[in-house]
Amino acid sequence: MRLEVEITGKTFRSAAGGTHEVLAPVRFALQSGEVGVLIGPSGCGKSTMLRIILGLDHDFAGRVARPPEARIGMVFQEPRLLPWRSVEQNVRLAAPDVADAKLAELFKILELEAHRNHYPGELSLGLARRVALARAFAVEPDILVLDEPLASLDDALAGRLRDEIATLVASRPVMTLLVTHSLDDAVRLGDRLLFLSPRPARIVAEVPIGIPRDRRGEAEIAAIKAGLAQRTQGDRTERDVS
Amino acid sequence: MLRLLSFALFLATWWIAALFVGGAKLPPPPAVLEVMIAEASSGALFLHLGATLARVTLAFVLAMSLGSAIGYLMGRVRLADKLGDPWLILLLNLPALVVIVLAYIWAGLTEAAAIAAIAINKLPTAVVTLREGTRALDRSLDEMASVFAMPRWRAFRHVVLPQLAPYIAAAARSGLSLVWKIVLVAELLGRPNGVGFEIGVAFQLFDTPRLLAYSLTFAAVVLVIETLLVQPFEARATRWRPRAA
Repeated sequence: MRLEVEITGKTFRSAAGGTHEVLAPVRFALQSGEVGVLIGPSGCGKSTMLRIILGLDHDFAGRVARPPEARIGMVFQEPRLLPWRSVEQNVRLAAPDVADAKLAELFKILELEAHRNHYPGELSLGLARRVALARAFAVEPDILVLDEPLASLDDALAGRLRDEIATLVASRPVMTLLVTHSLDDAVRLGDRLLFLSPRPARIVAEVPIGIPRDRRGEAEIAAIKAGLAQRTQGDRTERDVS
Repeated sequence: MLRLLSFALFLATWWIAALFVGGAKLPPPPAVLEVMIAEASSGALFLHLGATLARVTLAFVLAMSLGSAIGYLMGRVRLADKLGDPWLILLLNLPALVVIVLAYIWAGLTEAAAIAAIAINKLPTAVVTLREGTRALDRSLDEMASVFAMPRWRAFRHVVLPQLAPYIAAAARSGLSLVWKIVLVAELLGRPNGVGFEIGVAFQLFDTPRLLAYSLTFAAVVLVIETLLVQPFEARATRWRPRAA
């Protein structure tokens, strides 16, 4: 399976009648088992791009080729849980075929066991985000889209969830698209980093990371980051930083 | 407890007022109770009450289901909203009496005409309430359902319906009170039974105890249905909201 994105442009018409260009031509592809990371300043059009890729916005120029039978798991920026359904129901509604054992395992990993029967209104934002992650994982997705999934979580938990995401990505051939502000998350999780410009967004640099995820120790990660820092000062040509 | 106290206060006020005004205009509670018991033991009270309740139920169900469907459609589809809006404004402002009289003229003094007339009176408020509710639906949850490829029915039942529930409850509540009022007029004008018919007869004979006996029994039934049916439904629909301390 392969996800191909070829957006040639996207404009918004404002209430005043003017048009604003949100996306410049953007083009990239993702393979199964690959983690692509979109990094860019806030408000650059990342969310618009995600909406187009997910098929929620059809009003754009270009095309997105997504395997039609692909199951999508998504973690939105806000958790987007159903407030009138319990935590477990929220997950099961999105993933009706999930096995009890699998669900129990997910809840254990994400430390949600005690909250199965709570309603989202009774959860902290951190917990609600974990439920959103559980929901996305429970559908056993072919395409996993994570929009700032680790924002507003404490470092220890963010680190653990990052490991969980890495485990999931390794366990099945899933195409993952991660949107983040954190270079650290990007370097730890990504196979290919796509740096976006301010609005209208275009890809200013595409940086593949050669070292497999499970062999990236702290030293390697520091080295990759140093390489990236050098690049941002110097040229922005295509080069493997590893 | 407080409710009982409030009811006792009402009875006391009534009794005292009856002493001042005199039995012909405002009979004291025991006189009214006497008529109630007499009518109940002859079975007439239950017959008329039953006829009225049947009309209320039919008209209410008809208006709620049709009104909710139209309101949802108008809230979702722009074209439906544009087409339906003038009709809605017309119906909203049409006096109940006009609808009832016209229904009886066009369809005859029949049961169907009465029920249709009551339903038509209630319909527009249900449409307006549900349209507002549909417009207020959370788009981000729709998107979530669409991304996770929830089948239409599941998304409607678990994502849309719970958001509409407070609006449905509000429409049911205001609609029910409207139907209670209109059903009596429709019965007065063109039905041979029901509480409205009895009140009409009592009015012609200036039989105040009888008039009050029927009105108060009717009011009691309304109260019971409100507390036993409508309020529990509302409570159930909003049970997920964190309760105020």
